[in-house]
Amino acid sequence: MVLPEDDPLFRALSAATCRAFREAVTTLPQDVVEALRSAAMREPSALAKNELKNILDNIAIAEQRALPLCQDTGVPVVYLTVPPHVPYTDTLICAVGEGVRRATREIPLRPNVVSPLKRENSGDNTGPGMPIVHVRPGSCLSVTVLPKGAGAENMSRLAMLLPTESEKIPRFVAETMLIAGGRPCPPVILGVGIGGTFDGCAALAKEALLLPIRTMDPFEQELCDAVNALGIGPMGLGGETTALAVKVRMAACHTASLPVAVNVQCWAARHSTVEVTW
Amino acid sequence: MTRTTLTTPLGDEVLSLHAGDQVLLSGIVYTARDEAHLMMKERGIPFDPVGAAIYHCGPVIQDARILAAGPTTSARLNALTGFLLDRGVRALIGKGGMGAEVARDLIGRGVYLACTGGCAVLAASKMSLKGVYFEELGMAEAIWIIELDSLPLVVGIDSHGNDLFADIALGANKQFHRKFT
Repeated sequence: MVLPEDDPLFRALSAATCRAFREAVTTLPQDVVEALRSAAMREPSALAKNELKNILDNIAIAEQRALPLCQDTGVPVVYLTVPPHVPYTDTLICAVGEGVRRATREIPLRPNVVSPLKRENSGDNTGPGMPIVHVRPGSCLSVTVLPKGAGAENMSRLAMLLPTESEKIPRFVAETMLIAGGRPCPPVILGVGIGGTFDGCAALAKEALLLPIRTMDPFEQELCDAVNALGIGPMGLGGETTALAVKVRMAACHTASLPVAVNVQCWAARHSTVEVTW
Repeated sequence: MTRTTLTTPLGDEVLSLHAGDQVLLSGIVYTARDEAHLMMKERGIPFDPVGAAIYHCGPVIQDARILAAGPTTSARLNALTGFLLDRGVRALIGKGGMGAEVARDLIGRGVYLACTGGCAVLAASKMSLKGVYFEELGMAEAIWIIELDSLPLVVGIDSHGNDLFADIALGANKQFHRKFT
């Protein structure tokens, strides 16, 4: 029997997972940094400007020192693309888990993963069902990580609207941020899932957070404007920038359903993709 | 904008602060999250609470060094904070604000100081680690004793009943109902 550590694919994928976490937690995607910079220029409120300046200073120090930019290094959410010549087996899932354990030790990540009721910490950010791994077919083997902090995740919501209630979607999105206030570390990015099923809709909302935020379509812009009209501002201290962007992903759904999910992402919108070669 | 300089242990000087003021805090602070609050309630406060500042934070520590230590969401501790203020704690530091009951408990006694959420390395660059209580609770939940050197904060709730977060939330609520009802 080949031990996983001796399997070149296992070694390459676990190393790539660890590298993706290091990139994700120490540097933000360029589109997010640009959006924060442009918000800092636009903000008329001195307090809000100051919060955004702290955020931009923090991003610069983290990158320079190669340290996690936020102490909440999140729970590990992982997306794999698997090409036709790579068998989808347990080896892939185990390799991702090993990459998470290594990242936790080496970067380090804060050990955040606990059993849900006893609250016992595994110490290595893995456990039953963790990391969460989504697998898709692709042209190459790649690993995308989205470390998700709890402050924003806890503010996320899902509604099973009536099929005739599509006009209520902007209200539900804005209401999610109204309830959240300053708690999810605004300025946020909102991932909105529309359609699918109860569970699929939540997954769409999270995947929407992987979309580039440089552009919004007119519907996304309408949702974003509704959120920003609330005036919650950076860190809930007031201001014009409550959301940097709203991104939407849709799926077909039952004729009797209209699921809508809002996944709240703090300004530290960390994600990174590494292509695996071996 | 001018910044008021404060050093722990804190006294009546916190009573002259107003919501929206910017401050630079130095001296010892104690991190505490959900589990540490429960433990202090059950077993007692392991440090002198008079004039103390509690920091809602679960840091990343490696080799006795603080690598990242931004604030956590303070509202989770709304129901677990009264006993600390009763014992003389003067400042709560965190993010996102706290509930109306905490704002009431702060009147005439202390302040809530908002730290920029997620700014963990900026905060850590102004900290040195001095010790730990309740280490068995794990890295995120233990009480870490930290010395601050001029950490920039904003007075979110003052001791006169003013709550910046509540004001902003009220405005947001008005805007929401104007647009959607």
